[in-house]
Amino acid sequence: MLGEGIAKGLVETARNFFGSYVSKDRLTTVQYPEERLPQIEATRDFPFLVYDGDDWQAGMRCVGCQICEKECPPKCIYIEKSKDKKPDAVGKPQFYPAVFNIDVSVCMSCQICVEVCPFEAIKMDTEFELSTTDRFGGLLWDKARLSKSNAYYGKIHPTDAAASGAVLAEEKAKVEAKAKAAAEIKVNPTLADAVVKHG
Amino acid sequence: MGENADQFFVNLQHWLVGHVPASLQSIVSALLSVVAILVVFASLFAITTVLERKGLGRIQNRYGPNRVGPFGFLQPIADGIKSLTKEDIVPLAADKAVHFLAPVVLVLAAFSLYAVLPIGRNMVLANLDAGVLFFFAVSSVMELTIFMAGWSSRNKYSLLGAMRAIAQMISYEVPLILASVTVIMAAGSLSTVAIVEKQAGYTGILPHWFVFTPWGFAGFVIFMIAATAESNRSPFDLPEGESEIIAGYYIEYSGFKFALFFLGEYLGMFAISGLGITLFLGGWTAPLSFLTWIPSYLWFLGKLLAMIVVFIWVRGTLPRLRMDQLMNFAWKFMLPMALLNLVTAGVWRFLPEGVLRWIVCSLLVVVPYVLLGRGLMRGWKLEKRVYRFAE
Repeated sequence: MLGEGIAKGLVETARNFFGSYVSKDRLTTVQYPEERLPQIEATRDFPFLVYDGDDWQAGMRCVGCQICEKECPPKCIYIEKSKDKKPDAVGKPQFYPAVFNIDVSVCMSCQICVEVCPFEAIKMDTEFELSTTDRFGGLLWDKARLSKSNAYYGKIHPTDAAASGAVLAEEKAKVEAKAKAAAEIKVNPTLADAVVKHG
Repeated sequence: MGENADQFFVNLQHWLVGHVPASLQSIVSALLSVVAILVVFASLFAITTVLERKGLGRIQNRYGPNRVGPFGFLQPIADGIKSLTKEDIVPLAADKAVHFLAPVVLVLAAFSLYAVLPIGRNMVLANLDAGVLFFFAVSSVMELTIFMAGWSSRNKYSLLGAMRAIAQMISYEVPLILASVTVIMAAGSLSTVAIVEKQAGYTGILPHWFVFTPWGFAGFVIFMIAATAESNRSPFDLPEGESEIIAGYYIEYSGFKFALFFLGEYLGMFAISGLGITLFLGGWTAPLSFLTWIPSYLWFLGKLLAMIVVFIWVRGTLPRLRMDQLMNFAWKFMLPMALLNLVTAGVWRFLPEGVLRWIVCSLLVVVPYVLLGRGLMRGWKLEKRVYRFAE
């Protein structure tokens, strides 16, 4: 009969109306600033620079090689290499970036800088509350603003951080072994010929 | 005490008017009533916008606005400030005078509708002998303003929206007025005050409201459906169908003019609900004889709020009709039902009181409803839609 469907619909909406006061499960809204959903591990937005230890300047992994600057599709990275050297994450003396700027208003979050970095120095961040009243200066992030500790990286991306840590540890072991070998060569010159012969 | 509370505002007005010279008394008295209507119904509009948004939210399992003030109830203030500070854009090709006048006249017309609504006992601004006629005459001005808005904007969408609105409103005005005519027949008067007084008696504890008769019930349902269409509310909100014509006739309005349209539309909705209450639901009278100690204006306000709740509930339930469905419904169902209802009201008047007249009149309402409904739904088969080209 005419009107049956309307009555059914009215009952359904009334049930939703009262149900939303009775059971909290019906309300799917997350009241954002007070309530937050847990973050998904694969979340990413803008890059940051990883440092080891407590001092961001001493522990900076970046060696200023400028690969990311060259690879960046929208060209949002600007790097100036330093004149002097400091030991990097694996202990080798390396350059470091005197200036490292990322213009996040240009960055498109493609993660290519992360893919190409041979030093595990640049990673993707998950921080998203980035609004600023200064749209030029406030969105041009310098080295100090970009640097975040390895512990923070481990917190936001545990799986990736573990993998990246393993890579670094392996390299560090290699470097140490080499250094050890070199030291032994110095002590025993005949070994040096063997190393040269066998590559 | 009940009597005092009931006549509180009337006495207050008399007391205030007593302080001015005799020559000014009538105009001051009228001004006081006008100010009261402006304040009460404008704030009712503000409250309704929040309640509507919260109610629709809950129907859709959301919270609705809950940030501005306690439970979001100061949201209309934020909305008002926002619409006041927005840029007011008038299209270059628009007819500037008419474009400006349309929202103003709409709000003026919507407010003047309240002149004939008896809000409580002895509380009516103008007790016109042709009150109902005045109401319909002024509400047709509201249709005119919609056409003014659509035409003067010089925009295809607004013209199409206005065309739809006019077609819809004129179509639904016919059953609206025919449904009201039954009440005028029964009450023997066009005066809204007389119509309410006709319904003020009680049999036992039950009131003599017209809605509690077969023709009155049918008339009330027809009236409410037509009122929904008249006030352009869902499911009859085709004139502003976002999916086809963006915002319809007020597409070229921004800032406070848009807010005025919004205000006018809601005021029209309250006014037509108020007329429905006056005609069918006994106006300011109490629903049960032992509840008459509650002031009459509170009953009117309560009934009005109940009507608003129904409007919101229907809006949250039904999807928008298609244009042909809308017209079919108006001319093939509402109009015959309204005409038959006139006959039913006449039969009710001339049959002696008793069970027989209840049976005859109920049959006169139910049988055409079932038959017409069947005719309207013939050829409808709900089945799974087959996509011929998409798969």
